[in-house]
Amino acid sequence: MAVVTPAEVQAVAFLARVQLADGQAQHVAAQVDQVLAYVRKLQAIPTQSIEPTSHVLPLANVTRPDQTVPSLAPEEAVRLAPDRRGHLVRVPKVVDLS
Amino acid sequence: MTYEPVIGLEVHVQLATASKLFCGCPTTFGAPPNSQTCPVCLGLPGVLPVLNQRAFELGIRVAVALECRVAETMKFDRKQYFYPDLPKGYQISQYDRPLAHDGHLDVAVNGAMKPVRIHRAHLEEDAGKLLHDPNEPFSYVDFNRAGIPLLEIVTEPDLRLPEEAYAYLVELKAILRALGVSNCNMEEGSLRCDANISLRPAGASALGPKVEIKNLNSFKAVKDALGFEIERQQRAIEGRQTIVQETRLWNARAPATEPMRSKEEASDYRYFPEPDLVPFRIDAPAVEAARRALPELPAQHRQRLAETYGLSAYDAGVLAQSRALGALFEQAVAQYPKPKPVANWIMGDLLGYLNAHGQDPDTAAFQPAWLAHLLQALDGGAISGRTAKALFVESLERQRDPQELMQERDVRQIVDAGELERLVDAVVAEHQKSVADYQKGKANALMFLVGKCMERARGQANPQQLRTILERKLTISREAAL
Repeated sequence: MAVVTPAEVQAVAFLARVQLADGQAQHVAAQVDQVLAYVRKLQAIPTQSIEPTSHVLPLANVTRPDQTVPSLAPEEAVRLAPDRRGHLVRVPKVVDLS
Repeated sequence: MTYEPVIGLEVHVQLATASKLFCGCPTTFGAPPNSQTCPVCLGLPGVLPVLNQRAFELGIRVAVALECRVAETMKFDRKQYFYPDLPKGYQISQYDRPLAHDGHLDVAVNGAMKPVRIHRAHLEEDAGKLLHDPNEPFSYVDFNRAGIPLLEIVTEPDLRLPEEAYAYLVELKAILRALGVSNCNMEEGSLRCDANISLRPAGASALGPKVEIKNLNSFKAVKDALGFEIERQQRAIEGRQTIVQETRLWNARAPATEPMRSKEEASDYRYFPEPDLVPFRIDAPAVEAARRALPELPAQHRQRLAETYGLSAYDAGVLAQSRALGALFEQAVAQYPKPKPVANWIMGDLLGYLNAHGQDPDTAAFQPAWLAHLLQALDGGAISGRTAKALFVESLERQRDPQELMQERDVRQIVDAGELERLVDAVVAEHQKSVADYQKGKANALMFLVGKCMERARGQANPQQLRTILERKLTISREAAL
């Protein structure tokens, strides 16, 4: 049963900045369908008595005290940036505030 | 047809922590670019965020002050979008289990109380800062802000007027400052506001298309932008144009809202639970403890000042806007028990000075005793009102007790009646022409003579007193001449 449409694949691909070649969306949609069909097996398991959870670990309230630790040196922080000026990362202009 | 504006506000407040929300990088404002980053806030692989305990506590403090329901369990989610200021490709925020929800805040607008419901308050990390150079096809990114702890406070669309939005922001800021959770400095980005507004025919219940306004750098900008947007949308509706649901930027120079042209499109954030952070439980005793630990909030503060000192609602409101001002007032009144003049000096001279010099009332160092000494000297007639004002500014600027300044420079006013009489006699003798002018009915001549007396007294006399003596003497001499 096809659930995911090529249009949905295109939309998600765009959001994830993934470029798909012509016809690839159709192919990927079918693959995603197969993955979802596999996951759907979980629906056969009775879960009425199980609390919903957002996390698999039996842990809660893990915090750290509000203490500073040394940061990276600016030179180190921008070392991986593809483009820079001084210690600023240079990127294509994003908002035209005119 | 009349239209009703429907307004909601989203406020982002930076929580006053030493370190970021999920890592130990410092939060110091104004540090050199990219000097406060680490693998966690830069989103490098293999790192784990850990929640800042203090940010968590400050968030709860705000939630109870706004009478919110604090979540028994809250969790963090990833809000995913691509933008150069967002190093991870997602922002750690809270989606369906926020820290708190369903609160409220009553604000006074034009003498009436306006209840504003708080929809929710949640913790999230800030993004980096984008710097734009109008002459270049580039933007520059400083990630020092990335990961700074924010609390986003969202109202229900309960506001109807720009003035209500303004009053809400003023009251919210006063509360946040009273709680000590943020410095609320808008210039530094510690307090930011976006506004949502739509129009609907008066009496309708369905909401019109919503416009979000950003780039609001001050509370005044919020008020002005909303006023502009109400007119713009009204004209559009009346001209049968469709209102586009969009984000607009406030341009204070135009002044107008302008559509935001952004290369970022399609906001489908695909939230999912942040797997790197476990859930957080907040039990009832913790909420109760936070509630008990609340300081006096601005509304209680205002009420107490008004009732204890017999101040007007307006005066109490001004004094209670800052903890420091309120304390200065109460301590000064303890030493000089006339509330009204003390309030007037703080509201007029002190606030006037601070506003003119862009200083924050909370950090202004003016001692209650100084004000008390100044007012005592003024009462006793030792100094003129004018000298008192000058002394006030001087003691503020030099951080000195006006009493000391008075002794040091002998600015005491001449109060000895005999001395003043002699002074006036000398001036009258020297300026017979002006005396004659006055006696012929030229009222200006009297002011000239008062000025001459002040000159001779080197400013250390009360001009009103001089005027009275002059009038008396000139009338007598005129009657004698007749």
